[in-house]
Amino acid sequence: MANFIQQVVSGLASGGIYGALALAIVLIHRATGVLNFAQGEMATLSAFVCWSLIDHGWAFWPAFGATIFLSFAGGVVLEQTVIRPIQNGPLLGIVILTIGLLIAINGLTTWVWGGAAKQFHGPFSTAPINVGGVAFSKQDIGVIAISVVSVVLIGLLFTRTKLGLGLRAAAANPTEARLVGVRVPGMLALGWGLAAVLGAVAGVMAAPSLFLEPNMMQTVLLYAFAAAVLGGMDSPVGAVIGGLVLGVLLNLVGTYVHWVGGELRLAVALAVILGVLLIRPAGLFGRTAVRRV
Amino acid sequence: MRSSTGCGSDLSLLELRDVQARYGEITALHGVSLTVAEGDFVAILGANGAGKTTTLRAISGTVKTSGDILFDDHKLFRRSPEAMARKGVAHVPEGRGTFSTLSVLDNLRLGAWVQRGVSPRDLANVFEFFPRLYERPDQQAGTLSGGEQQMLALGRAMMAKPRLLLLDEPSLGLAPLVVREIFAALKQLNEGGTTIVVVEQNAALALAAANHAYVLETGRVVLGGDAADLKANESVRRSYLGY
Repeated sequence: MANFIQQVVSGLASGGIYGALALAIVLIHRATGVLNFAQGEMATLSAFVCWSLIDHGWAFWPAFGATIFLSFAGGVVLEQTVIRPIQNGPLLGIVILTIGLLIAINGLTTWVWGGAAKQFHGPFSTAPINVGGVAFSKQDIGVIAISVVSVVLIGLLFTRTKLGLGLRAAAANPTEARLVGVRVPGMLALGWGLAAVLGAVAGVMAAPSLFLEPNMMQTVLLYAFAAAVLGGMDSPVGAVIGGLVLGVLLNLVGTYVHWVGGELRLAVALAVILGVLLIRPAGLFGRTAVRRV
Repeated sequence: MRSSTGCGSDLSLLELRDVQARYGEITALHGVSLTVAEGDFVAILGANGAGKTTTLRAISGTVKTSGDILFDDHKLFRRSPEAMARKGVAHVPEGRGTFSTLSVLDNLRLGAWVQRGVSPRDLANVFEFFPRLYERPDQQAGTLSGGEQQMLALGRAMMAKPRLLLLDEPSLGLAPLVVREIFAALKQLNEGGTTIVVVEQNAALALAAANHAYVLETGRVVLGGDAADLKANESVRRSYLGY
């Protein structure tokens, strides 16, 4: 039983990371219909920036704060310089552009930081703490806390502020949004900035348990896609819950189903994508698009 | 063409001078000129494809145009829908443009986007006009009935406290009772000082509510004047009123 609880908590920690990245994907997808394949590499780049700041003697938390800020700015700039010029072009073109971005950012991180894996010392020790006979890793608890806080903050921004209302309006109906005076292009740029922030959180949280190297987030991105599909591509709440469910599921299957073990976890995630698309394409929390005719 | 139509000495809030608009190869407006006085209630009549909707879209900046558009006696350059909303133009497009995935209350809040904040008094005012919205603030706009959606669209426009309210076919597909309710609200808004331009297929309804009217045919203004005069006009009667 103790082992089971440990596995669940550790699954929630990975799930928080998947959920944050899945939320980033869903935010952009909802606003523009684009699947941002570069989201994982953007997160890796953020983690490298944070690592460099720490390497230059910064303490973790100031470095983390600066990384969040730089990632936001980077996301905004990326939208304005790369995405906006082809915003009105065919969707496929934009999707392919994000794949190009994936390759470009991957190349950039390899060029600047090299391909060798780096040790990333997170803010939380990996030492276990004992709660009622069950040993939890402090790192897991910390990662869960950070993921939850960042997701809740983004949620409050979207549901409780005027800016969030504008972001939702621009995503729901850009034409109408402009008619009531919302500056839609600004909102889209802001959306990319926020997605980059969530990616940065995911990247920095993932880096201590994975090794920091240019391809670090590629598998995580696939898990995040699975989480987003599971929750519903258009449901922010679904993305986060999908991430948590997937994290726990993968951990439990990896632990208790011996022929899956550690190696077949990715296959399980892909099976989840396939299963959801076959049985409930809108995902757990997504709505099937219904149109009045 | 009588473009300055018995508006008396009232200041003109809006003036279109030879406005042309095209969608790709197709020219929708061949040079529309019209004037709307401050506080006026103007109906734009015409058959399908006459350019009524495009005229509204030209005013709200959702279609590219050539020719001059004057608002408040200032010529407008580089118009965009956002800028026009800020100037006090609220456009309720055809098909009850609401944010269908957002709640009733969020839709109304968005109406006040150009305002400093959501004023509880304005909100109360909208709810007083349309009690049915008050009963369901959290309902998704897309799940409202057609009439309720039109009320919401109008309520949202009211939240912007517009100087000029543009409505495209507000009666389309609605039950007569609801249509009466909507037009009563428009009349009341107009009496409160809001200038209104309404595009309507239902000419009898529009001419009864409006003070002035213009008739469009194939992208041109062919007739304009007092609503009462147009109602009596032989060709308007035959083509648009059907008696």
